[in-house]
Amino acid sequence: MRLFFGSCFTLLLAAVIGLGATWLTLTRGVAFGSLTISGWTAWPKSGSVDIDPYARATIARTGELPIGTGDGVAFYAHTDDAGNSFDGRCTFVISGMSPAARYWTVTLYDPEGRLVANTIGRHGFTSAEVVRDAGGRFAINVGPRARPGNWLPSGGIENFVLVWRLYDTPIGVASRTTKEGPMPAVVRKGCA
Amino acid sequence: MIRVPLWILGALLLAGIVHLSTVLAMPQAATQDAYSRLAPLAPVNTVVPLAPPTAQAATMPFMDPAFAVAVCRYDLSSGALKLNAPVSLAYTSVTFYTRNSVAYYAINDRAAGRRAIELDLMTAEQHAEMPEEEDVTAADRLIIESPTTTGLIVLRALAPEPGLMAMARRALAGAQCRIEQAQQ
Repeated sequence: MRLFFGSCFTLLLAAVIGLGATWLTLTRGVAFGSLTISGWTAWPKSGSVDIDPYARATIARTGELPIGTGDGVAFYAHTDDAGNSFDGRCTFVISGMSPAARYWTVTLYDPEGRLVANTIGRHGFTSAEVVRDAGGRFAINVGPRARPGNWLPSGGIENFVLVWRLYDTPIGVASRTTKEGPMPAVVRKGCA
Repeated sequence: MIRVPLWILGALLLAGIVHLSTVLAMPQAATQDAYSRLAPLAPVNTVVPLAPPTAQAATMPFMDPAFAVAVCRYDLSSGALKLNAPVSLAYTSVTFYTRNSVAYYAINDRAAGRRAIELDLMTAEQHAEMPEEEDVTAADRLIIESPTTTGLIVLRALAPEPGLMAMARRALAGAQCRIEQAQQ
């Protein structure tokens, strides 16, 4: 009898822990070989045949297609440089110089990867359209209210994700260090 | 009572096996992966433009809205595939994915170095069966080996600003993928 209950307990515990661990790793997007530059994290290996099983399982579940290594690299940010999470009611400023790439785009998504509805139909900027100052620096205001200059509306959603994609870039292909940067800085300016 | 830690140890070992096997099985079990999402939209071996992502609807999550996208859902079981994609003015790339969304090859317009990206896609067996002299005459042909018989080719053309999206879409409209005629 004790053997029976012991086996049932063991199997149940194994199922709960095993499936729970799978669910956790896949919803959190665990993957190995990440490249972090300030608040931005990329998984360059996810765009190649060296993709690890966790990243494979994650993209199979979400249905996205990772950007290929010969194409570019995508950096994801969920928080600003100080670790404040991206709250759509706050204003954040992304500023810096263009990273080493032929083109880049920055796009705002909700945590599930959907674009966020807004009145001006803007979901991101490309390196060709962003307004720069005389020194070549740009600043993008991400927030719920219209701003002069580069305004990326966040629609006031609770949490958003920024994805910085570099196309035709040496970053992530050869580099293992974070010296490659600098990636643009992200700073919180205040909350409504 | 001394058995309890043993039962727990056994449970943890089993949990590890359950965890690893479910992670490894996920790509085969997934019903909402990119290939499954595209199957009803894209006939086999044809380039199909994808609707641009909007806040209401997107074919896949995390699509870059600055790009016009077209896909060719390929099936190499009846022969090798020829891909021809004219490059747009700004930036064009072609990425090859296996049935399970693994990006195994990507090339951009600059790496291709021509007005169009021209590739032959075939399985390893089809490559091995290719007559040798053809291999020589076709030295300038770029041959890609697909690890799986089916998969996805995704063509992306950048619209540097929203007004140029129509141009990017037009460039992709000229892209073709088709099965080569079997050699006599």
